[in-house]
This record gives sequence, C-alpha cells and structure tokens, in this order.
Amino acid sequence: MSAYAFYVGMSYGACAIAIVAEALMLRARRRRARAEAKA
Amino acid sequence: MAISWYRYASPATFLPVAERLAPAFAVAAALLALAGLYVGFVVAPTDATQGEAYRIIYIHVPTAWMAMFVYLVMAFWSALALAFNTRLSAMMAQALAPSGALMAFLALWTGAFWGRPTWGTYWAWDARMTSTLILLFLYFGVIALRNAIDDPRRADRACAVLTLVGAVNVPIIYYSVRWWNTLHQGASVSTAGSSMATTMLTGMLLMSLAAWMWCIAAALWRVGAIILERERGAAWVDALPAAKGAS
Repeated sequence: MSAYAFYVGMSYGACAIAIVAEALMLRARRRRARAEAKA
Repeated sequence: MAISWYRYASPATFLPVAERLAPAFAVAAALLALAGLYVGFVVAPTDATQGEAYRIIYIHVPTAWMAMFVYLVMAFWSALALAFNTRLSAMMAQALAPSGALMAFLALWTGAFWGRPTWGTYWAWDARMTSTLILLFLYFGVIALRNAIDDPRRADRACAVLTLVGAVNVPIIYYSVRWWNTLHQGASVSTAGSSMATTMLTGMLLMSLAAWMWCIAAALWRVGAIILERERGAAWVDALPAAKGAS
C-alpha cells in the first residue's frame, strides 16, 4: 500500500472532509432556517 | 392502502416527512459505507495490474455514478416544476444541486489521484473527464443562476430550463468512452454484466448504495431548510413546533 498510500489517502481523505463539511453546513443552515422562521 | 401523492406535494406536509426520513437515510449511508470499506479494504484482494491504487475505485465510481444520477433526478424534478408549476418540485431540484456538485467534484478529484499512478497524469482533456468537468460547471451554473435571481419563482423556472438543457450532457458522459478514443477505461459494470471480481464488485456496490443514501439524506435535510426559508411568514410555519423550538 505504501507506494500508493498518498493517492489513496488523498482520495478518501478529501471525500471524508467533504462529507463532514456538507453535514456541518446542512446542520448550520437548518438551524438558521428554524431560527429565522421563529423570528 | 392508496397513498395520496398530491398531499405530499405540499411543502407543509412534506417538511415533517423529510425531517423524519433524513436521519434514517444518513444512518443507512454510514452503515453501508462501513460495510463497503470493510469489503473494499479488507476482503477484496490487491489488483494484479494496478496494485493497491485500484482501491480508489470504491470512492471514485460511486461519486461519478451519483454525480450523473443526481443530475438526472434534478432534471426530473425540474420537468415536474415546469409542467405542473409545483413549488416543492423546484425546491427538490434546488436541494439536489449542491450534493450533485459535491459528487461531481469528488469524482474528478479521486479520478485525478487515481490517474496519476496509473496513467502518469492527474488530468487529460479526455472526453470522459472533460464531460464530467462540464457536469460540475452545469451544477455551478444552476446554483449561480438561482442566487442571481431575487424572485424565487422566476429562479425556479430559469434553473429548470438550464437543468433540462444540461441533461443532454449525462448520456454524453456515459457513452463518451464508446464514442471516442479515451484515456479513461470503458465501463466495468453494465447491464450485460461485470468484468470485476465478485468481492471488488460487492465493495463498489455497497459504497455506491452508501453514496446514494447520503445524497438522499442531504437532499431531504436541505429541502427542509429551503422550505422554511421560502415559506417564512406562512401561518403553517409559525405553527410548526420544530420552528418554534430549539434545534
């Protein structure tokens, strides 16, 4: 694996970061939408 | 028991359904991804020609499939929005665009990191890669167009037209490896069968299902937020316990 670890790691790492970022942004947007709907 | 689909075309009815279903799809995505990663990294053997680099397939193919599939689903909702003037259809199309863009970006990114050790280059202006890049730009175009138009109903119509016109790119992506001589390999999985080993195929399908479930969860959560943003001030939104309580 070591010869290809950089390529495999960059692929899976980017996907993990992207999915976590999307989940966090969705949570923030939902919270903002609820707060604004309440206001 | 017959389901009244028209009832669920109302944002007021659909919001609680979306908020109930989204966590279930997210959990399914996590479980399927764990199973897919286990099969892909532990059970599946090393590829005879590509070595360990081939394991990028378990993330590259699912994201590429979802990038195309999400666009087609977006086109479906856009067509419904144009034909029946339904607000929820346009909201669904709006909710899908960021997830589709993310999948298209990840397909290109993982493809680049797979291409370098196998082809010797991160990028080539090959038909498959170029048409996938156009797909990413189409997603960006739809998102930008919506943000550029203040009136949501006008934005719905403009984005629906752009989405439907752009849908022609999806079959071009799919058939690009047959129509042109490409650096990108042909399809390993088709309706005629698969050229992959069973364990590799199983891992890839599990990861594809995980990506599918995640896109559904993300779209449902996003459409919930869009509904609240666009229906703000409506009596039914004021009456929502979810809108009144803490998140």
